Amino acid sequence: MVQVLVVAELLDRALRKTTLSAITFARQLNESKGGVFDVLVIGEGAEAVAHLATRYGARKVFWAEIPGGYVAERYAPTVAQLVQSQGHNVVVATASTYGKDLLPRVAARFGAGVASDIAGFSVESDGSIVYRRPMYAGNIYGYCTIDTPIHVVSVRQTEFEAAAEVGSESPIEAVEVIQDEVARRVEYVSLEAQKRERPELAEAEIVVSGGRALKSAENFKRLLEPLADVLGAAIGASRAACDAGYAPNDLQVGQTGKVVAPKLYIAIGISGAIQHLAGMKGSKVIVAINTNKDAPIAAVADYFLVADLFKAVPELTEELKRLKSAQA
Amino acid sequence: MKILVPIKRVADPNNANKMKVSPDGKRVVSGDLPWAINPFDEYALEAGLRLLENGATGERFGELVIVTLGPEDVQTTMRQALAMGADRGIHIPIDEEKLDAMIVAQALAAVVRLEAPDLVLMGKQAVDGDSNNVGQMLAEFLGWPMATFAMSIALEGKQIVVGREVDTGVLTLRIELPAVVTVDLRIVLSKSVRNGKTPESHAYPDDVRHISVKGIMAAKKKPIATKTLEELGVQPNLSVRYLRFEVPPARSGSTRYVESVSELVRLLHTEAKVI
Ligand SMILES: Cc1cc2nc3c(=O)[nH]c(=O)nc-3n(C[C@H](O)[C@H](O)[C@H](O)COP(=O)(O)OP(=O)(O)OC[C@H]3O[C@@H](n4cnc5c(N)ncnc54)[C@H](O)[C@@H]3O)c2cc1C
Ligand SMILES: Nc1ncnc2c1ncn2[C@@H]1O[C@H](COP(=O)(O)O)[C@@H](O)[C@H]1O
Repeated sequence: MVQVLVVAELLDRALRKTTLSAITFARQLNESKGGVFDVLVIGEGAEAVAHLATRYGARKVFWAEIPGGYVAERYAPTVAQLVQSQGHNVVVATASTYGKDLLPRVAARFGAGVASDIAGFSVESDGSIVYRRPMYAGNIYGYCTIDTPIHVVSVRQTEFEAAAEVGSESPIEAVEVIQDEVARRVEYVSLEAQKRERPELAEAEIVVSGGRALKSAENFKRLLEPLADVLGAAIGASRAACDAGYAPNDLQVGQTGKVVAPKLYIAIGISGAIQHLAGMKGSKVIVAINTNKDAPIAAVADYFLVADLFKAVPELTEELKRLKSAQA
Repeated sequence: MKILVPIKRVADPNNANKMKVSPDGKRVVSGDLPWAINPFDEYALEAGLRLLENGATGERFGELVIVTLGPEDVQTTMRQALAMGADRGIHIPIDEEKLDAMIVAQALAAVVRLEAPDLVLMGKQAVDGDSNNVGQMLAEFLGWPMATFAMSIALEGKQIVVGREVDTGVLTLRIELPAVVTVDLRIVLSKSVRNGKTPESHAYPDDVRHISVKGIMAAKKKPIATKTLEELGVQPNLSVRYLRFEVPPARSGSTRYVESVSELVRLLHTEAKVI
């Protein structure tokens, strides 16, 4: 029997979809080991969001109102206190920058081991849970157990499908906010968020990604946006494109950027360095557009168009428009 | 100002696809891949040096100490960090396989209590385990504030202003020192670190500094002290244990080279059926 606590993620007083992957993990674990899961909604506007989180089958939805922007030092004590008072033995969040930041700090408060960014788990005959983690930029899977009474786990969003709503409604309950001295030494200044009309990278069905070969921010926008528009795709980028300022940093796909697994990933002028592949090789179909047919991206590409992107991308956009209008 | 930079060594991360697993599945084998400083730790070191110097004149204003947990020969990697400009090292001898985030964070916390730095600056993740845990745990053990995924740091007296790279953009925190900061890739872009001493007009190259011959010579004489886990009062009990490793299955299918845009569109539509 496990009692799981899902730590929800809020953004602009709404539930971030990442939360639903952590809920899926909790449900799967309850299915294989028995037990229940609770959700903790913590942050600004928590009570209202808690109501949104009641439709996923949690035993209870707890909420803790913490005004102002997210600061780990302000959240961790309350999460830890709830876990200890309720006797949760598995604490989970999705491995977004939020989950990765907060959970290890929470774990350290009660000395728990952490398995981060897991891609799966199994329950052995002796009842122990074995977590599967991608390591070495996804080139090795490690299978680990956590030997402390409480397990802290973050899950890879692309490996745990978003949970669907269930019929029943969970009761909600306020929890006491615990203050810690250390929080006084951190001041939240701002969140400069990139506003976009496009689907979120990690959730998009199609991703169009550009690399260093785009040569400028202007080209990046001029060539990739119309293509993404016809496909209803999210836009991604390589590190080189982000570092050079062609694309905003939060579009970086890779080992240290975002992990995506769409049904179609189009890599345009991207060589396919190990660190890039780590973030996209789980895609169902991969297309490369590159002048160099031996670029390492070939190792994962299903279709490889050997062509100059400056010519091929506008052509591709036009061709797709024709196809779409023929379909309509 | 005193900065502590924890440094891990990793098998050449640009060849991570050559990593293998021992026949019994119990160990990851790096074969003859060379060791390197974990890239994020190298970035932390670079950022630390930039915080402690006038970038235009090279004048230094404080001390940078590195600390590494690893076997005897990890000192070779430590010397590289000393050659880049760190002042001295602390080596905690232990096999990497006997480490997990908890043990590393506890050992680092003990070193911090001995050394009392103003700032611990470290990588956001070690690119072998890809765990991303130690900095956050260390900050909690110390009761210090933290800023993870730092892409910019500005030193303002006893405070730092840190831009954190988060999923949705850049989150800025103002933090009172001492603190733990874990760095992300963009910390080594030319204007990412500001200390009030380096002229605003000065632009660093967009990467870590090269190791000079002079640096290598100087590094030979820089001290590396040894401290055991026992001396630091840390129990060597693993809380996360790896039972086995596996090379994930390769993507099935082979690459199909296509001649033209129209052929590509046709295949994506009729064969792959993704558009
Ligand atoms: C610690 C660390 C972490 C990293 N994390 C990431 C990460 O998360 N994500 C990531 O992407 N990278 C990451 N990197 C960087 C990675 O190693 C590569 O440097 C980077 O991915 C290269 O980007 P690129 O493919 O756009 O550029 P390049 O490697 O320069 O490739 C450009 C490609 O464009 C092709 N090309 C050139 N002109 C044209 C044209 N006209 N038409 C078509 N094709 C053309 C070239 O043949 C080449 O293949 C990381 C590196 C380190 C050290
Ligand atoms: N063996 C080690 N020795 C020194 N520092 C380490 C060690 N392992 C991890 N670290 C530090 O902790 C950071 C995060 O590592 P991890 O949580 O393992 O991804 C690294 O970037 C290093 O700065």
